[in-house]
Amino acid sequence: MRRAVIAFTAFMGGLVFLLAAPAWADGEALKGTLQNQGQPVNGVKISVVAEDGKPVDDATSGADGKWEVPVPKAGKYKVTLDTSTLPAGVALKFKDRSTLDVQVYEGSVRNVLFALAPAGAKGGAAPAADDGGTSFWDRVAQLTFEGFNLGLIIALAAMGLSLVFGTTGLTNFAHGELLTFGAMCAYFFNVVVGVHLVWAALLSVVIGGIFGYGQDRFFWGRLRRRGSSLVAMMIISIGLALFLRYVFLFFFGGEGAPFADYNAQPGVQVGPISAAPKNFVAMGIELLVLVIVGVALLKTRIGKAARAVSDNPALAASSGINVDQVIRIIWTVGGAVASLAGVMLGLSQNVSYQMGFQILLLVFAGVTLGGLGTAFGALVGSIVVGLFIQLSTVVVPTELKTVGALLVLILVMLFRPQGILGRRERIG
Amino acid sequence: MDWNAILITTVKASIGLETVVYALAAIGVNIQFGYAGLLNFGQAAFLGVAAYGMAVTVATFHLPFWLGIAIGLAATIVLAFLLGIPTLRLRADYLAIVTIAAAEIVRLVFRSVKFSSVFGGSDGRQNFSGDFFAMNPYAPGTYGIGPISFNERVTWILTVGWVLIAICCGLVYLLMKSPWGRVLKAIREDEDAVRSLGKNVFSYKMQALVLGGLVGCLGGFLFALGQASVQPDLFSTEFTFYAYTIVILGGAARVFSPVVGAAIFWVLLVFVGNTLSEAVSAGLLPSLFTVNNIGAVRFMLVGLGLMLLLIFRPQGIFGDKREIALDAR
Amino acid sequence: MHADSTTTKKAAALAAFAGLDREPGVAKPDPILVVDNVVRRFGGLTAVDVAHLEIQRGSITALIGPNGAGKTTFFNQLTGFDSADEGSWTFNGRQLKGVPAHRVARTGMVRTFQLTKALSKLTVMENMRLGAQNQRGENFFRALVPGSWRRQEDEITERAEELLERFKLDAKRDDFAGSLSGGQRKLLEMARALMVGPELVMLDEPMAGVNPALTQSLLSHVKDLREEGMTVLFVEHDMDMVRDISDWVVVMAQGAVIAEGPPDTIMSDQRVVDAYLGAHHDAPMSAEEFEEQLQEAEAELEAEIEEKA
Repeated sequence: MRRAVIAFTAFMGGLVFLLAAPAWADGEALKGTLQNQGQPVNGVKISVVAEDGKPVDDATSGADGKWEVPVPKAGKYKVTLDTSTLPAGVALKFKDRSTLDVQVYEGSVRNVLFALAPAGAKGGAAPAADDGGTSFWDRVAQLTFEGFNLGLIIALAAMGLSLVFGTTGLTNFAHGELLTFGAMCAYFFNVVVGVHLVWAALLSVVIGGIFGYGQDRFFWGRLRRRGSSLVAMMIISIGLALFLRYVFLFFFGGEGAPFADYNAQPGVQVGPISAAPKNFVAMGIELLVLVIVGVALLKTRIGKAARAVSDNPALAASSGINVDQVIRIIWTVGGAVASLAGVMLGLSQNVSYQMGFQILLLVFAGVTLGGLGTAFGALVGSIVVGLFIQLSTVVVPTELKTVGALLVLILVMLFRPQGILGRRERIG
Repeated sequence: MDWNAILITTVKASIGLETVVYALAAIGVNIQFGYAGLLNFGQAAFLGVAAYGMAVTVATFHLPFWLGIAIGLAATIVLAFLLGIPTLRLRADYLAIVTIAAAEIVRLVFRSVKFSSVFGGSDGRQNFSGDFFAMNPYAPGTYGIGPISFNERVTWILTVGWVLIAICCGLVYLLMKSPWGRVLKAIREDEDAVRSLGKNVFSYKMQALVLGGLVGCLGGFLFALGQASVQPDLFSTEFTFYAYTIVILGGAARVFSPVVGAAIFWVLLVFVGNTLSEAVSAGLLPSLFTVNNIGAVRFMLVGLGLMLLLIFRPQGIFGDKREIALDAR
Repeated sequence: MHADSTTTKKAAALAAFAGLDREPGVAKPDPILVVDNVVRRFGGLTAVDVAHLEIQRGSITALIGPNGAGKTTFFNQLTGFDSADEGSWTFNGRQLKGVPAHRVARTGMVRTFQLTKALSKLTVMENMRLGAQNQRGENFFRALVPGSWRRQEDEITERAEELLERFKLDAKRDDFAGSLSGGQRKLLEMARALMVGPELVMLDEPMAGVNPALTQSLLSHVKDLREEGMTVLFVEHDMDMVRDISDWVVVMAQGAVIAEGPPDTIMSDQRVVDAYLGAHHDAPMSAEEFEEQLQEAEAELEAEIEEKA
């Protein structure tokens, strides 16, 4: 999630000379915040050496994890984190990155990032660098587990996106913000109000459902009745996504933050897989919800109607199905499930204003892979995407794992645009 | 409230580097989306590969500046073909998803540690604009009227930028008056009809994609040169969305609308941003608004503006309602 | 317009069909289009399976059949808008399987669409100009030099004006095509197709959605095409119209050609009667029949849902 913050800072940096002067310190400096799973880490020694080898200064991280070293002038510096001063149970995520070379520009304070992780255990969605001792197959098992974890979250998000696309034809770029909304709601109840995360999550699912219902009732439904074209609606959804994202930024701030509960859980070992217990529970809940939604689609009247509308709205309408009502139910359930996906995503990463947008492309990948508009295709596609992303790190650097998934998305478009489970469309 | 400073920065923004860059990107989007109906959501990637093509050639491999420009142009064309060949035969929303995915791929590769020896990771590349500014005909000093003036470097880049904008607008004007432009507009309406009249729709869409990418890539060069630096996160998906906002603001399928749209977009953004931050520091706003979160308000307004435009005035400021591609068909 | 309805062209066409067998796939004296074993499947459903079909040059041939008989899919295949799984067909002796739609149009086989595709945000005149072939100004680089295409554009405009006058659309020349009525759009689409300079005109339900007042005018335009030496193949549901203008009728059912024959006797052919009655279409419906059909549709829907699951 740090990446998101850096990305945003850099983007704002691009616009900077037009903005009112930001509140930077006067001289050049290096600074940073040390965090382990969202918790500040204090008492860690950081030393800075100039390019010519002359030591500049040392600093020790404070109770908020922050440290800062002023430097005499712009230029290249070596920043070293003294690993022996790290508290017990905390280690560098990448062992070879205890010393970083950074460039400080004139008049600016440079942020330096040392990624920390619990020693020994690997984080749920952020796999640590290979710690050498484990065998290849253990690693594959671990990655498969993490892939399922990610895939299930994507699948939860994809369910609503795919059904909305199937029933209304809308490619909803604001669907990611439904996830962020859910995570933000849960964060509000959990951290600000102080309710336990389980209840906060339940509340956020209910509010997410209401949010979905409201979006259709007061926004998309009206646009449909006005006869707005699909392309116009798609761009409107982009506007909505931008609007919501910056509303989240406004209230939440640019930094990611964890929920108040289930942080820094020690990992448990199950066979070759090691993960925090929360990940197992989260996967259980995700599976349960997917099964419930799946069974509802197959067995209940409304579920059948939803699939009929998704298949052929005109035919469904002529056979007496109230299409508008079905679409509204889909939006409501879609919003609730997306909220849940947001909470789960916040649990495995951090809550941030960009979390939904960042996973949206993966959701699109899952949905297209499974075949646009088919609910079960989206499920299968999403899990394949999740697995692919994590397993690809066997050969691809972790930072590029999303690239592989997006490339696969493009290849699927090329060779099988109807997706894995979709059927070929009839023209004319 | 320092209205004087606010007004000066606002007026400067109307012709500043951002306006130039976004205008070129938007002219490209207008060719693709406004005239041909192609939903290219990866315009940022076209600017990115051009800027990086140039910057990497000069800064990483120490080759001449003009070769850098040539490589940037070539990279843009290659990207257009890579994106176009698989997707231009598919439905419009498929192109949208593929191009947005491609833009993310390009950005992630540029910022990756793996390739940082070439692209420079998230710091990007610097030290490539020397040859460009060596060509600067302006002597050191400031140029402009009263407080609305720029130093010789900015004046030089803005001169080049506005000349390029003029050339591109002229090009679009000539093309869209011609039978070539007629085929493009017809494809936007209904490509099957155009096919049934013996036109190679795929070829025209590809030409539009390449042309729009090339116009946008000029913006990429200027962005990099103007800041004397390229960073991967300048070319984020939001960049593309702002370019679309600009096109729709001005009115799709109008020659000058991207330029006027870009100027209005940046004038509003800078004016609102400056006014709000002045108001915060003067304590005129409720304590909910702080120096840190006030920037977000401007982009909230962009999102809101984009929605309202499409709902209430899809033809934009200059468009003709009967003639634009956005309302119900 | 043409007071004597039996013109020489019509007589020639009728003479060509005289004494032909009524069997599907019967050989014609001078076929412009020859189709062999064309098959198209969607999943398990075979939409088109035509063993052999020939279309006589200079005639007006109607293609009829109950809903879902595969007429439009067959049209799409012949014109390159949909691919065929198997089979081959030749136009003027030229193999057309796998040839993309725009190339098919350039060979002189031009189609219209069931749902009219007037380019509504272009003017009527721009619609017409678009139809002309080999335009110099449609090349990217020459487009930038107006001098290189101006003269040709003027010639095209002149030709378009003649056609618009003939189709009584000259008053609308500078209006957006979107402002035309349904029937006028059909006329525009036909006129635009003629700008291509076709030998074979393929009309997909030219009368669908047309105001009855315009029907006669449309019919006479179709007959005019034959008078000018073109061949017409059209899909139509309205049997009165088929009887009025066609020289020969081909009947499709369930993807296959089941009968051919002259328009005045084809509807009494037993195979055709069976096809129409068996399909419950285009025949007057009683309340029970209607109820039954509704239930069938629902069952189909249910089955489809089950299949998807």
